[in-house]
Amino acid sequence: MDEPRSLQDLPADFVFDPARASKMMTRHGHGGWLGLSYQDHGPDWVELALPWRDELVGVAETGVLASGPIISLMDNATSMSVWTLSGRFTPHATLDLRVDYMRAAAPGRTVIGRGECYKLTRTIAFIRGIAHDGDPEDPVAHVIGTFMATHGAYL
Amino acid sequence: MNGANLPPYADALGIGLDHDEDGNPVLFVDYSERVAGRPGYLHGGAMSGLMEMAAIAALRAELNRRGEAMKLKPVNVQVEFMRGGTEQRTFAMGKVTRAGRRVALVNAECWQDDPAKPIALAQMKVLLSPAG
Repeated sequence: MDEPRSLQDLPADFVFDPARASKMMTRHGHGGWLGLSYQDHGPDWVELALPWRDELVGVAETGVLASGPIISLMDNATSMSVWTLSGRFTPHATLDLRVDYMRAAAPGRTVIGRGECYKLTRTIAFIRGIAHDGDPEDPVAHVIGTFMATHGAYL
Repeated sequence: MNGANLPPYADALGIGLDHDEDGNPVLFVDYSERVAGRPGYLHGGAMSGLMEMAAIAALRAELNRRGEAMKLKPVNVQVEFMRGGTEQRTFAMGKVTRAGRRVALVNAECWQDDPAKPIALAQMKVLLSPAG
């Protein structure tokens, strides 16, 4: 059977499984174009990978990735961490996202985005995360932000 | 390379220069699968990427006017998403709020059919250092 093309097509009693959902979220659209793939998850976190490629470079002379792809990676990873913690898929929208750049990602290296939902209320999810290129102790970026449930509630 | 001297990421995503407004480049991206998020909507990351490119382009334009060759290093960016982006052309323009000798603060707005109704805002801080 084909995977549902979108999360909105899932049955209401669907228990959110980030490994399975990633296949949908990372195959189509912007996530698919970036080449995002599922890495790992825990009760309140999800890790996705962003493979380096020439097309995603933000500064041609240095080969450093643009920050757009890092924002997209972290938006997707943190978004999925919300559904992972809540246990179900609730349509939501990113309200805000702040990214602090510790250093440039090394050219050629895959960037890992780890998104965590650290607090869930009925309508707001508070998220944070890091992006690293091999060593989680030496992150490329820290992110923090919020999501809002647009149809239904998280809890 | 195109008019606004955009990097590979911008070219690959399909970001181009629409026009120049009082010295600030207005960039655009057309709706396609490449920038799609949830069905029927623009991905927030693509919006952010477009605003970041517009912010950097505005800053480069300002530094060019001053005749200052600077190396730019992003420190952080804060993005506020206010409306969902739909399946149409999206624009963004940056505006340098303050560019000193060492750090610049640049605001950017992203809109679709009406510039008076932005769909997202970004505020970016960039470290400046003399090039070369």
